[in-house]
Amino acid sequence: MEKRVTFRGWLLPMLLIAPQVVISAVFFFYPAGQAIWQSLFIPDPFGLSSQYVGLGNFEYLLGDRFYRASFVTTAVFSILVTLCSMIPALFLAVMADRLIKGSGVYRTMLIWPYAVAPAIAGVLWLFMFNTRVGVVSWYLGTLGYDWNHVLNGGEAMGLVVVASSWGRISYNFLFFFAALQAVPRSVIEAAAIDGARFWRRFWTIVLPLLSPTTFFLLVVNVVYAFFETFGVIHTITSGGPQQSTTILVYKVFSDGFVGQDLGSSSAQSVILLFVVGVLTIVQFKFVEKRVHY
Amino acid sequence: MKKSIFGALAVSTMLSPVAAMAETEVQFWHAFTGRLGELVKAQVEDFNASQSEYTVVESHKGNYSETLNAGIAAFRAGEQPHILMVFEVGTATMMAAAGAVRPVFEVMAQSGATFDPDAYIGSVKGYYTSTNGDMLSLPFNSSTPVLWVNRDAMAAAGVDPDTDLSTWQNVGAALDALKAGGEECPLVTAWQSWIHLENLSAYHDVPFASKDNGFAGLDTEMMLNGEAQVAHLAAMGQWAKDGKFIYTGRRNEGGANFRAGDCALFTESSAGYAGIKSEAKFDFDVRPLPYWEGVGNSPQNTIIGGASLWVMEGHEEAEYKGVGEFLSFLSSSDVQAQWHQDTGYLPITTAAGEATRASGFYDANPGTDVAVIQMTTNEPTANSKGLRLGSFDQIRGIIDEELEGIWSGDKTAQEAMDSAKERGDALLRRFEAANR
Repeated sequence: MEKRVTFRGWLLPMLLIAPQVVISAVFFFYPAGQAIWQSLFIPDPFGLSSQYVGLGNFEYLLGDRFYRASFVTTAVFSILVTLCSMIPALFLAVMADRLIKGSGVYRTMLIWPYAVAPAIAGVLWLFMFNTRVGVVSWYLGTLGYDWNHVLNGGEAMGLVVVASSWGRISYNFLFFFAALQAVPRSVIEAAAIDGARFWRRFWTIVLPLLSPTTFFLLVVNVVYAFFETFGVIHTITSGGPQQSTTILVYKVFSDGFVGQDLGSSSAQSVILLFVVGVLTIVQFKFVEKRVHY
Repeated sequence: MKKSIFGALAVSTMLSPVAAMAETEVQFWHAFTGRLGELVKAQVEDFNASQSEYTVVESHKGNYSETLNAGIAAFRAGEQPHILMVFEVGTATMMAAAGAVRPVFEVMAQSGATFDPDAYIGSVKGYYTSTNGDMLSLPFNSSTPVLWVNRDAMAAAGVDPDTDLSTWQNVGAALDALKAGGEECPLVTAWQSWIHLENLSAYHDVPFASKDNGFAGLDTEMMLNGEAQVAHLAAMGQWAKDGKFIYTGRRNEGGANFRAGDCALFTESSAGYAGIKSEAKFDFDVRPLPYWEGVGNSPQNTIIGGASLWVMEGHEEAEYKGVGEFLSFLSSSDVQAQWHQDTGYLPITTAAGEATRASGFYDANPGTDVAVIQMTTNEPTANSKGLRLGSFDQIRGIIDEELEGIWSGDKTAQEAMDSAKERGDALLRRFEAANR
């Protein structure tokens, strides 16, 4: 059942969508257009001169084996961050939902990490895992494990994933918790009377009813992993060791703002724009089909 | 996305502190915080108090990279400061920006301030001088790598703290003895590319890049995969494998370990002096950076790290006169000698070094002159004058990555440096294209 509101005339509907159009134009279409335009040039940092190179920036990037490897790194990183931030959040939300007493306290405590800025979260985790003075690496050392994320790419990836997911668990928890509260008690009670145990009820009733929220969080978390994690990566690994934690957006930042190579940086933004566009279309086309609203 | 960030920077620039309008105002952006920030502030206040025509307004703009970025973004928005502090790595970027910077020798000539380029120490000045001998930016803080020794740790491992550590051959033997004596962290370093490649090359008088390390043209290529460099890194890689060299990170992370007394030997900038002196609860020594006996022309001289002050274009002529006055004040002998003694940075003029020696400072603080001697004993050659490579911040990132490959045992020294050359050359070609 769709409800449609019809307007008489054009003025009012235009006025109503104008703010959104203006915001999109100023903060999305204009900068995106600029990025596409700049990606065709190699400018000098000061904007004094620039060389038209056509698709030269793209050729240079796609010919670079480290840039191609960065796609794989980004995929691994995004999948891990999405899983590590959604699964624990769902688990915690289900547990908090079952609480009868004190759920307010748990909720508040679980939401706290979201208030920590990514770069600060990065420093906190870095400090715990510091190879010489970190508490966790010291503990691992007593267990006989030599933690060294400055040289070991796998450990570095693990650390940035955990640091990026940590604060995000709170955000996801909030949404899952609200969604769980909205699951009709009567359905669950009926299943319970039929003899379905907790996990059975969870798999067959609760999880399907949560699917709109899960889908929303999936999209939002993938976007988060793609774009908002570079503060964490910058503070913990700066993309190293040997580029094993250089995700696409971090490379945009480091080439553009550390290396002053604005041409390459713009071309990377355009590629990223394209990748995320495709990814979102895929998510809405295929994953959303499995969502029951 | 980028434009909006430039915009935001421009707005923040407009909000920077504004002083009394009656006097001609000179904006000075720098990258110093903490103790160094206070010292810069004091210098500026002294200058403002010394005359009434000009007011210098100093503002801190983040670390070296951030300050350079802020300056570039501000220039694009037409809000640039008069004086911008740029670290040595950004030198080629600034030099190539002919319309954005006004060379210091010109500023000085126009302002009529007293300025004698020959008063500056050759190896410091050389880094910031054009091939014609014109000084393009004013050296501000310069340091050079030295070897720091924890004498207590040496003694505890049963190694004579006075062992001769002037060559890497001797250091290698000392590392064996330290390891055998139970020392868990015999050697640690800061700024690995700067010390173990850039300075290593200069110190042994071998090229780091072609075209006189980039001084003679933009069509330069990396030469860091030469015999001397690879041999050194292979030795370091072996030490890393044997647990004699401990890698802690790309910047100066190792400093925390050394100052805490965890490590015996530490290769770090001479400017580490202030921190080590205040924190170390052990007996320490400053020694010259070791060299490989019999390799190249060693010991030649080491090169500097640090920053210089660039004057930016696009202001009123009267304001440049003030800039000239301020720069001339900064390089005066008293100001320089004080700066050198407070910070451990090198004195940038010969006179400031002599004044410091005459005051008895070196006798009271043994080892503080090691860096000065190391820099000034030999006349710099084409290989030891400094480096002038575009996109050098990024190239250092590449070198760091490749060095990590050696320390972890993933790559041999030769493989890593061949790869660093290939990747570095690609960036140099892009820089050449951008500045054609």
